[in-house]
Parts: sequence; C-alpha cells; structure tokens
Amino acid sequence: MERRDFLKSTLAVSAATLPFLRSLPASAAPSGTIVVAMGQTINSLDLHRKGTNRPSYQVAVNVYDRLVSFGTKTTEDGGLYYDYSVIKPEVAESWDVTPDGKAIIFKLKPHGLFHDGSPITAHDVKWSFDRAVTLGGFPAVQMKAGSLESPDQFEVVDDLTFKVNLIRPSKLTLPDLAVPVPMIINSKVAKSKATTDDPWATEYLHTTPAGSGAYKVERWDPGQQLVYSANENWTSGPPPAVKRVIVREVPSPATRRALFERGDIQVNFDMPNKDSKELSGVEGLRIDSSAIENSIYCLNPNLAFEPFKDKRVRQAIAMAVPYEDVFQAAAYGRGIPMWGGSSATPSDIAWPQPFPYSTDLDKARALLAEAGYADGFDVPLSIALDQSDWMEPTALLIQENLNKIGIRTTIEKIPGANWRTASLVEKRLPLHLETFGGWLNYPCYYFFWAYQDGHLFNSSNYRNEEIETLTNETLHMEVDHPDYAPKIKRMIEIVWDEVPRIALFQPALNVGTRDMGGYEYWFHRQLDARKFKA
Amino acid sequence: MGQRTRLVLSRMLQALPALAGVVIVSFALTRMLPGDPAVYFAGPAATEQSIAQIRVAMGLDLSLPMQFLHYARDLLMGDLGNSLSTGQPVLEELARRLPASLELTLTALLLSCAIALPLGVTAAVHQGSWIDHACRALVTAGVSLPTFFTGIALIYVFYYLLGWAPAPLGRLDFVYLSPPDVTGFYVVDALMAGDFETAGGAMRQLILPASTLALFTLAPIARMARAAMLEALSSDYIRTAKAAGLSQRKIVYFYAFQNAMLPVITTLGMVFSFTLGANVLVEKVFSWPGIGSYAVEALVVSDYAAVQGFVLAMAILFVALNLVIDIVYTLVDPRTRSTT
Repeated sequence: MERRDFLKSTLAVSAATLPFLRSLPASAAPSGTIVVAMGQTINSLDLHRKGTNRPSYQVAVNVYDRLVSFGTKTTEDGGLYYDYSVIKPEVAESWDVTPDGKAIIFKLKPHGLFHDGSPITAHDVKWSFDRAVTLGGFPAVQMKAGSLESPDQFEVVDDLTFKVNLIRPSKLTLPDLAVPVPMIINSKVAKSKATTDDPWATEYLHTTPAGSGAYKVERWDPGQQLVYSANENWTSGPPPAVKRVIVREVPSPATRRALFERGDIQVNFDMPNKDSKELSGVEGLRIDSSAIENSIYCLNPNLAFEPFKDKRVRQAIAMAVPYEDVFQAAAYGRGIPMWGGSSATPSDIAWPQPFPYSTDLDKARALLAEAGYADGFDVPLSIALDQSDWMEPTALLIQENLNKIGIRTTIEKIPGANWRTASLVEKRLPLHLETFGGWLNYPCYYFFWAYQDGHLFNSSNYRNEEIETLTNETLHMEVDHPDYAPKIKRMIEIVWDEVPRIALFQPALNVGTRDMGGYEYWFHRQLDARKFKA
Repeated sequence: MGQRTRLVLSRMLQALPALAGVVIVSFALTRMLPGDPAVYFAGPAATEQSIAQIRVAMGLDLSLPMQFLHYARDLLMGDLGNSLSTGQPVLEELARRLPASLELTLTALLLSCAIALPLGVTAAVHQGSWIDHACRALVTAGVSLPTFFTGIALIYVFYYLLGWAPAPLGRLDFVYLSPPDVTGFYVVDALMAGDFETAGGAMRQLILPASTLALFTLAPIARMARAAMLEALSSDYIRTAKAAGLSQRKIVYFYAFQNAMLPVITTLGMVFSFTLGANVLVEKVFSWPGIGSYAVEALVVSDYAAVQGFVLAMAILFVALNLVIDIVYTLVDPRTRSTT
C-alpha cells in the first residue's frame, strides 16, 4: 500500500467514525433525557386562552388528559401513526350511548389522579368542558364541530359518571372529544385561582398547567425552552419511559439541521421538505414524512370573478398546472401527488385522492377557446408572504404554464396578517393558493369547511345545490350507513368535474429522530412525547 | 453645579419631548400597519363572534383617541401591555430580551474594537504597507458578507465540522441553569454568583455569534479609525510636534491617537445602535433570545403592544447612549476638560 493511500484510508475511517464520536456529547447529557428542537415558539400553556398558537397545543397533549384518545397503528416502515378508527379510554374507563341515542354516559377511571394527587372527578370534566365552549375563539369552534355547543349539554351524574347530552346524534362527537381541545383541568386548583374578572383562571393556567397528563411542566422560559418531566404516577396510561424532554426553540432550520446531524438534539421537529429529502437514508437518522390527513394544498379560482364562473376555464387551469414540477420544487417530493387520477368517478370514498387532471396544455387551450377565451385574460395570482417557502416556487411554475395558454398572471404577495382576511373572510382573491386540512378525518368534514357556500375555507365562493344537500346529509351520518358511501362518491365526482379547488398535492409533516424511538404522528401535527423511548 | 452635571441634566430634559414624540408616532404607525390583529389572533377557524370577543379583549373596539388615552395611561403606570403573540407582558419580555441583545452586541463591539482600532491605527501609520492592504481586504469582506451567511459559515466550520464551538442553542447549553438574575448578562451574573462553570458556558455560547457580529461591525470602526488617524497625522500640531523633535511613539499614540478617537467614538455609538436593532439574523441563526427577533415577529403579526414597547425601549436606549457618548467626549476631548 502506498503511503498516500494509507493516509487516505485512515482519513476515510476517521471521517466515518466521526459522526459516531459526535453523538457522545448527547449521551453525556443526563440519561433518559431527550432534546427536541422546533422552529416555532410556545406562547401559552393553556390551549383555551385567546391568542394561543398551534405549537402550544403540544402542552395540552403531554400535560393534560382527555376522556378518550385515538389508538395507534404501526406504519410499513415501523413508524407510529395515530389510528383514527380506534377510540380508546384515557380518563374515561368506558362509555355508552343511552338507548334513546340522546346522550353519551362516561364512566371515569376510579383511581384517576391529577398531578397534585387529587382525584379526577366528573366535576372537573364538566368545568373543563364548560370552559372550552364558553371562552370562545378556536376551542369553541372545534367543540361545535362535534355538536358540543353549550354548558347545558354537560351533566355530572355522580363523582365518577359524566353525561354529555347530544343536540343531534353525530359520528363527530366522540372523535371530537379526543382532539386536544376538551382537555381535563384540575378545577379545584383553577377555581382557587379564579377572580371575578377572570372566572376561568386564564391568567393562572396560562403559565401554570393543572392537569393529569403523562408529563409535568418543569420549567418554561418563553421564547427559549419548555422542559417536561415525567409524571411517574400517570393514571391514564403507563408512565413515560423518558424522564425528561427538553423542547428548545431554534428558529433557523439550518441550525436545527446542524444540531441534528451532530447529535446534540434527538428530535428535529417539522423540518423543511428539502432537509427531509437530503437526510433520508443517512445512517443513524430516521426521517418520518407523514402525509397530513384530510389536507390538500390547492390552487383556487374564485367563482365571484368573471372568467372563473365558466367551468371550462377552471378545468383549463387544472390542465395547465405543471403538477410534477410543483411537487418537486415546492415539496421536494414529500407528500402524496393529488393529480393524474384515472377515472372521473371515484371508486371509493378515500379522501383526499388524486383528481382526474394532468398537465395537458393542448387540451387546456382547446377548453379556453371553447369558453371564448382563446386570447386568454389577465389575473393576479395571490400568495401569502409567510408561506412563501412553498407558495412562491409553486406560483412561479404555475405562472409560467398559464402564460403558455394565454392567461397572464402577476404574482401578488400578501403579508401574513392580511392573508386570512383577504382569502378566507372577504374571499376577494381571484386566483390564489389555499391549504385547508381538517382535524376530523372524514370527507364530509372537509366538504363542510371547504365546499359549502359561505363557509370559511371555501375561498372560491363555490356553491352547488347538490353539494349543499349532500354535505348536510352526510356530515353527522355514520360511515357504515348504506347511504354514506354513494353520497360521498357523488360529492367527490361533482367537485372533480367543477374544480373550484384544483388539488396540487397532499403535504407531509417531516420529523427527524435519532438515538431514540417512539415518535408518533398525530393529526394535530404537534409533538407527543408520551411514547418516546430513549 | 459642575458643567458635566449640568450637561447631563439638560440632555435628559431635552430627551423628554423626543420620547413623547416616539410614543405618539409608534402608536400611530402601528395602527397604520396593514391587517387586523384581532382576526389574526382569533385563529384560522374563528367565527365572527370570537373575533369580536378578541377585539374587545384587545381594546380595539374603542376609537383611536380612546385607545391612545388608555395606552398613555397604562404607560404612565409603567404598564406596557401584553404581547399577544408571545403571551407575556411586554415589559417582562423586554427586561429578559434586552440584556441578551446587549450582552451579545457589547461583546461583539469589544471584540471588533480590539481588532479594528489597532488595525486602523497601524494601517494609517504605515500607509500603503501590507498591513494597510490587509486592513482594506478585511473591511471589504466585513461589509460585503451578510451576517446570516457568516453565522451559518462559522457554525458549519467550528461547530459542525470541527466540533470546537458549543451547540448554537442560545445563551446557555441545557446542562447549565441560568444564573440568578442581577444584570441580565449571563456571564456577569454567573461571575457575581461565583459560578465559574456557568460563566464559562455562557462565554462559550457567546463566541460564535459575537464573532459574526464583530466581523460585520469591524468594517466601519476600522475604516473610521484609519481615516481619523490619517487626518490627525497630517494636521498642523503633529507637524509642530515632529519639528519639536518629540518621539514618534509619543506623537502617534499620545497626540494623534487621542484626537482621532473623537470621530471613532461617534461611529461606535452609531454602530452600536444599528447593531442592536439589526442583529435579527444573527439571533435567528444562533437561537439567541434577543430583542431583534422579538420585534420583527411582533411586526409581522401586527402585535401592537410589543411593537410599541420595542420602539419605546429603543428610543430610551438611544437617548441614554447619546448621553453616554457626550460624557465620554468630555473625558476624551481636552477642550471640555479644562473648564471643569
């Protein structure tokens, strides 16, 4: 062996062992500790408070319990994914729908304890549910989705028996009790901190959780970190295997990636699609790219504006979108394609499923000419500035192709604080991108928010009488009802044909983990540390 | 009353109208920001009713003059309001984040002065020499490399590749607990508490971000030091000193240097103030919980209270800074010294 070759090979060996060596500092940290880095900030420990942001919902998941929870299934590659089809007990031991179908009665576990050691009673459940529907804002809206609207519906039968009176029988009620919102708060503690101005103790619970969950908050440095410590006496499940979880806020994705590759953090939460693609397959790193359920990134033509009133114009645009390029440029191929469906009628009620459109500029031109727009037209294409990471490349690619069929677009960037008002409330953007995803995983639930006239995420101002009727009929109907599947198929067929929303792709949530296991994907897309294994 | 005391007092009085102006302008400007904060904070699925509730909670249902009166009243009582985006009282947040930014900025300035001043002075004394060219190269590199790039490059080399620097996780690694809060400067507080390990940890966290900022602030200081020194060296009193046969050492380091310091101090003051506000990118890259990223995030979501609090804090800081610079002037400038 030449001396130079020898040097080369030793260099290669030391370079190969380096990543391993570099994971030592992490294991030098106290054992049973997992460090998570995320880009966003936690702004409250109380989900019900006004202004509480999405990343803060993880506190409700880890520190509080609910009556029921969803099951867990294992994906093909060994990852954990919550199971929508299974509802399992959490604080409740069992539940029954009354024979008349007008109420659900929950039996609480007899030995359920809060963090302070006091028992969990039906009074706590009632107080917490009353709070969720009374404080307004997002919690009230989410409760309403499960037909839980007023405190009158919640009834304490005895200390361990809780009754929910139903406004209407609905398949959405029970799953809605498993979302983060109806968390159970220690009402004795909260009431002792309540004042006449603040009867729901929002100021106190904002900084001091009073729950019964798998973790307690050991320390919260707003804008920097949240430290969870395990609740050894968790009564709603097995005590967590990891004793301490440190959630650090690291805004720069490049820094998060460096920390992750070096092994100073074990979880890189919500990493960019680009990093996810580049790091997949790297030895020792596990990347979970989970398609976000019931969610589609869409291009929406607004029917309140003239050229888009014609179905053929919308279909022409749907045939002009360079789908594959958009998927690669905006999502780095992470997620699921939502184009190129083979038939104009769906074979099953899976949602979302690929729309029956593909890039075909000749057909698009023909349709435009048929609609009387052979010379095309001018229209602004609006995107949100705070989502420009994927919206900007998408808009540029769409702009290029629309130009080829004669539709001249100018890209209009709207600041984040205005985006919602302009796109969803005033619905005044002629052509724009939209990202709705529903927590409750039913097609009818998606249609309710995104296709019914006047509803928030129907930013296309779409109205179709048949869709209105069918959505109302299916929204609360049980999935195994014989009418459900045919009606849903009909609904999908209509919106495929009329395309008020042009599906681009189903987005993914990317989470990187190393030297640990037990990461589970949830519909709420926030960190659940309860199954972590060091 | 000494001249200096009088100067300080009159300066403070002069600052009052400026601060009042800042209060009014920051209030008016935040209200002119596009977007409706109530809608934003109500969340994407909010109903009309919940938006209205939030509007009332934020006091945005009142007329603008009434809103201003409420704001002024709270301000006089020392209440800067609550930030909706971070969920914390603005005053608390500023008290926590301002020292973080100050610690970083001051360390960076010390570092850049330690390099820029000798470099600038030497470059001026040996004009046209290799050290002059080196100075020019460094200055050009310093201004032309954006801080987020230098920051990421430094992380890549010193943390990712070499493993010399600690993890860029903010002010302290999680093995340390933050020291008892006295000044808010972690290094100083830890030293005061006699905890040398934490002080060392805080110092290690400071090195990379401070170097990044130092590289950026080096340029104006070195350039100003060189220019001022050149001007001083070519002035009449230096020629006289030379003619009088004073030693080169005494001429350069006593007469020329002292006179050249005045414009450098002015530049330092300016550099300090813009660095404090403009180090957002460095804060983001190093997860530094500073005031710059706080302000930018508040601005993006029209978080009125936070933006107003930030502008006011900066205004007070600038007034204080100018005061300090004026006082330093009187110490350095022999003309003001003789009259005391």
